[in-house]
Parts: sequence; structure tokens; C-alpha cells
Amino acid sequence: MLQQRHLLGLEGYPAADIQTIIDTAFKFREVLDRPIKKVPSLQGVTIVNLFFENSTRTRISFELAQKRLSADTVNFSASSSSLKKGESFKDTAQNIEAMKIDAVVMRHPSPGAPKHLTEFIDSVVINAGDGIHEHPTQAILDMMSLHEKFGKLNGLKVGIIGDISHSRVALSNIYGLQIMGAEVTLCGPTNLIPPFIRDLGVTINTNIDEVIEWADALNVLRIQRERMGLGLVPSIREYRAMFGITQERLESHQKEIVIMHPGPMNRGVEIDGTVADSDQAIILDQVLNGVASRMAILYLLCGGKSSEEDES
Amino acid sequence: MKIEKIAKNLLLKNGTIIDPHHGKTFSGDVWLKDGKIAGVGVVDAPKDAEIIDCSGKVITHGFCDIHVHFREPGREDKETLKTGSRSAMAGGFTRVCVMPNTNPPLDTPESINFIREKAEECPIHIHPIGAVTKSQNGNDLTEMGLMKKEGAVAFSDDGLPIQNGAMMRIALEYATMMDVPVINHAEDEYLRADGVMHEGVVSTHLGLSGNPDLAESAMVHRDLELAEFIGARLHVPHVSSGKAVSHIREMKAKNDKVTAEVTPHHLFFNDEALISFNTNLKVAPPIRTESDRKALIEAVKDGTIDCIATDHAPHTIEDKETTFDLASFGMIGLESCFGVVNKVLVKEEGLNLENVIGLLTTKPRAIMGFDPDLFSAGKEAEITILDTDVEWTFGKEHVQSRSINSPYYGKSLKGKVECTISRGQIAIQ
Repeated sequence: MLQQRHLLGLEGYPAADIQTIIDTAFKFREVLDRPIKKVPSLQGVTIVNLFFENSTRTRISFELAQKRLSADTVNFSASSSSLKKGESFKDTAQNIEAMKIDAVVMRHPSPGAPKHLTEFIDSVVINAGDGIHEHPTQAILDMMSLHEKFGKLNGLKVGIIGDISHSRVALSNIYGLQIMGAEVTLCGPTNLIPPFIRDLGVTINTNIDEVIEWADALNVLRIQRERMGLGLVPSIREYRAMFGITQERLESHQKEIVIMHPGPMNRGVEIDGTVADSDQAIILDQVLNGVASRMAILYLLCGGKSSEEDES
Repeated sequence: MKIEKIAKNLLLKNGTIIDPHHGKTFSGDVWLKDGKIAGVGVVDAPKDAEIIDCSGKVITHGFCDIHVHFREPGREDKETLKTGSRSAMAGGFTRVCVMPNTNPPLDTPESINFIREKAEECPIHIHPIGAVTKSQNGNDLTEMGLMKKEGAVAFSDDGLPIQNGAMMRIALEYATMMDVPVINHAEDEYLRADGVMHEGVVSTHLGLSGNPDLAESAMVHRDLELAEFIGARLHVPHVSSGKAVSHIREMKAKNDKVTAEVTPHHLFFNDEALISFNTNLKVAPPIRTESDRKALIEAVKDGTIDCIATDHAPHTIEDKETTFDLASFGMIGLESCFGVVNKVLVKEEGLNLENVIGLLTTKPRAIMGFDPDLFSAGKEAEITILDTDVEWTFGKEHVQSRSINSPYYGKSLKGKVECTISRGQIAIQ
């Protein structure tokens, strides 16, 4: 079992528990390769997916993970604007919990919202992304994918490329990878890297070619088109010239490097389509591992009660 | 806490009397007759005088807070002049200045008069601060002359920093005719952006958008330069950063018309306290780093900062019981003030109790031009009785404000207000 009752973030998370989640996820990966991809592990467990912000892939990934584990699931979606004018977040959550549920998977635009949630409900809370704070399940699936490729995390060199300032993926990846003994370098436009992030023990290097030379793997973040024209990124061609993971750039280095992307991709912006489709990219493995990782997390956090009962 | 009319003859017996105006500390009694000072020290009170035993206690001037929000008119669900007065008395305050960012704002002589009339019914002295610009829009000067006649003691668009440097110049120039301070909430709106806490290591960890210290210090620097150029009186409210302290210190060396205040919370907390996402710690300007906190304490010690002001900012439970980014800015601070500043400045930092009492009495009074000599015979009694040694844990039961948004619950404080005497009434804890 895991030490913490909820999964709110990876800052300070025990290394042994991250390893347990990854090991369990590999077992569930086998289930996903079977003709009948369903196990009864969470039968009778009710999970609510509380999405206060649009998300397609994270929500589908969680839903599939829940279905594969035979849990009962309910989906709740609300845009943050309707939340602001309507029912309070607290009332929404307490109403849903009053219907007798066991766990909440929550995506919310406000940093700290999952922690806030634990202050007034009793269910297990799993953070599916809180603003630009953390996205722990994404970092775990990324680490599982690296583990699958390299057989280890300790000593790996990982570059995280792009808009760090507006990314929840970056922060959870930094925490998780460092806990597991990997080294992290951040690379992107200086004005999209928070000035105090150095304190986390990461290296910052704005020269993408040097980072490619150094790294075993690159995690390429989406550069949101909304950022263009806000004075943050002057143009797509300038961004591509300075930070784009292009076929040409990778070929010039003549080294093996693993390419990851949390999606959704902007082909032709932060990454070339040919790179995304190449053998060195493990982007679709990440998607599959996402389901397996979330199965492992749900199983370890929500299955606890029944296994204790088994033991007694 | 109960508030009652004081006896015709009241004897505060056997206390340590601290007179911050004359800089004297001595043992003795204070005799009040008909609510006025009849004698201090060795007194000859009539036998039938009601006695309050003050042995082991400090008797001093009533505290003065030049920066509070009592939310009237407009948000009486958060605070009113009456409920705010109770909160003030619980904290030892007999005199406060209310900020004009009400709804509607205090931007006309009529609205200043509304506060003055309402304040008459309250047990403490309440002075309105008028808005600098109409509707606090940052563009159109208010009728400062007429507002001063009605009782405005200073001018401020608190909460809404005056961004336009030319407007700030005009306001400072115009206010020189009134000989009152202009108070600008110093934050550059563009640098602050959507920041909800201090930009630093902690905000990076929490994923909360940061408000850099530069947003304050750049604006403070602009205001100081303008005030010097014009020869105007500038008061810098709630200084929060070491950088702003440096600018103020430098300017004060050559310009004695500049004053500054610090809040108890900027002296007590640093940004690591926000790791709990406690929305009661969301304030503007934000709570900054430990090195900023230390710089503020140093600035109090060397006189760069003139006084303590609470920036008492009541909010409803709903305004605060939400996620950090959506919660309102501000905390209440009157009830906890003395226990906090006495703990930090006297107990931890070794300042004299007399100096700290000065920061709460004569110093803020001087900024606003209030009578500093409260212990002379015939003066209307404004008195606070303190137990300066008691250690106690702050709780909801100590709050008299209509709102409860305090971050001090469960915190151990040192020094407590026992009684507050003001306008012929006494508040007893």
C-alpha cells in the first residue's frame, strides 16, 4: 500500500511508492494486452471524475482505467466560468460525496484545489491537474515510459523543452524524476522559464543543441498557440528556429535520443511530424502507459480498503 | 468582551504608566473624572471612585491605526463602523482611519460627512480617508478641499494603485494645499499582473502566479521621486519588500515629508506559510520572503518605517473559503495586532516596549496630525491597559469583527489587551 491516502502531487512523494506504482502499472499493462481487457479489482468502488476544466485525453485515460478495473464511474464536467457564477466548488463536491462515493479524480484550473478538496470531503482524491501546479499521473506515466525504454530511471538525463511557465507537466516531472535519481535540464525561451525554478535543482540551458547532446530523452511540451502574439513568443518560425525538435536538427546530432510529448501536439511547431512518427518517439507508448499507470494508482489508492478487510 | 459606560470617577490603580509623548515610564495611578484625565502618577481620587487594579499591567495611550477597512457603506455584511469599533477596542485601539474603497467610495464631501456622522455613534474615534480620484478611477481629482473641511484626514485610492505617474503628480501637488498625506497603494499593475502571492521559490513550488517585489519597489521609487520634486507629504502604506525599504531609507535621509507603515502580518509571516494554501494569508501586497521580513524589522528598528498599521480587511467566509487564486485579498488584524507585534518586536527582536508602543500611538498620530499628548489633565481619556507578558493562543473567541478571516488561529502570541477606554466607554476582555 502507499504511504499517502491521496495523490495530490509528487513534491516530497516517497521514491518507494513511485516505484510501487510503476511496478504495478507494468502488471496492468499485461492486462491491456489480453483479449478481454478487464479485471474485477475495483468492483463495487465508485469513482467520480470531477473535471472543472476541459480535458479530453486525461479524462478518457482515467475513464478507461476505471472501466478496466470494473469500478463504477460518474463524470462531471463544468467550465470554470460556470463555477465562478454558480454553485461553489465546495457545494458541488459535497453534494457528489453525499451520494456515497469512494474516490474523486479532479482536474481544476486553480493550484491547490485538490488539497482544498481534501479539507471537506472524506473520499480519496487524485489530482488530474491543478492549474500550473502539478499533474502527478502524467509524470508517473512519463516515468513508466522512460523505465520501459531504459530499464531504469536512476542516472537518466531528461530535457524538458518548451513553455515551462505555463506547464503543470514540467513541475511534476521535475519532482518525480529527481526523486527517482534522474537529472533534469529545462530548455525554452527565457521568458517562459520561471526565474526561481533553478531552486528546484534543475539546470537551465537555452541552447537546444547542447541539450540534445546531453540528454537521453527529451520531453517536448506543447507550445500553446495562445501564447503567440501575447508578446511571449514573437513567431512560430522564430520558435522553431530556436527550440523546434525538427528532423534536420536531430539528424545533425547523429545520436540516439528518445522523444516524448504529453500531447496534444502541434505538428510543425514544437515538433516535426516526421519526428513524432519516427521510431525514436515513444509518444503512443506514453498514451497506453497512461491507462496502465492510472489503473495502478486507482488500484493502490482505492483497493486499500478491501485488501485490509481480506487480511483481517 | 463587554463595553460599558465608565464611572464618574475611575481609578486605574498601581500600574506601570507608559507615556509615549513625554517618553516616560513610571509606576502610579491614572484618575479619570467624567471621562477626562484628572491625574496621572500620584493622584488624589475621591474615596468612592471605582477602582481597576492594574498591578502588573501597563497603562498607556489608546492605540491608533491609520489603515483599516470598515466596509461601510456597501459591504455591511463584512463590517460596519460599529462592528469595526468593537474589533478595534478588542485590540486596544481608540482611534482609526478608514480607507475610502467602499461602495460607493468616499470620494465626495457628502460621503466623508456620512462617515463623520455615523462615527459619532461609535465608541472610538473614526476618521475618514478620502479618495484621490472620483470613483477611484485614477483619472479625475476629487474635491479634496471640501472633503478636508468635512473631516478627511488623508487621501488614498487604496486597493487601486494610481498607475498614471502624471495623475499621481497632480494629486501630490494639489494635496500640498491641504497639508495632508497622500497614501498610494504602491503596486505596478503590469508587473503585478495576475499574481496572487509573492513571486519566488514558494510560488514556483505551488504553481501560483507570482507578484514580484519589483511591482512594489518600482512604484514606491516613482512616488518618492515625485513627492521630493513637489515637496508633498507622501505616506507609503503596508511596505512589504526589502527593496522598497531601501528606497524609503535613502529618501528619508534627505526628505522628512515621507512616512511609511508596516503591517503586523508582514512582520510575522513569510511566504513559506502559504505552503498550506491558507487563503487567509492572501493579502495585497503579498507576504514575502524571510529576508524581506527581516528587512522590515530592521526598517522598524532604524526608523525607516514610522508606524504599525493593520490594514484590517474583513471578508466573508465565502470570499475566503475557495481556492487560493479566487479568494479575496486581505485579512482582519485589529484583535491580534498587539500580541503579534509585541511577540515579534519585543520578545524576539529585543526592541523596547516603549518604542513599540510609540509605533502604535504617537507615531501614527503624528502622521495624521492627531493630538499626541493624551495624559495631560483635562484631556479626553484614550487609554489602553495591557498585560505585556502573558502568552496566549489566538482563537475565534477573540474576534469581535463581523468577519473571521484571520490566519492567526492557533498561533501563540505574547501580550494581550485587557481594557480599552475611549469616548467615555470601557471595553473589558
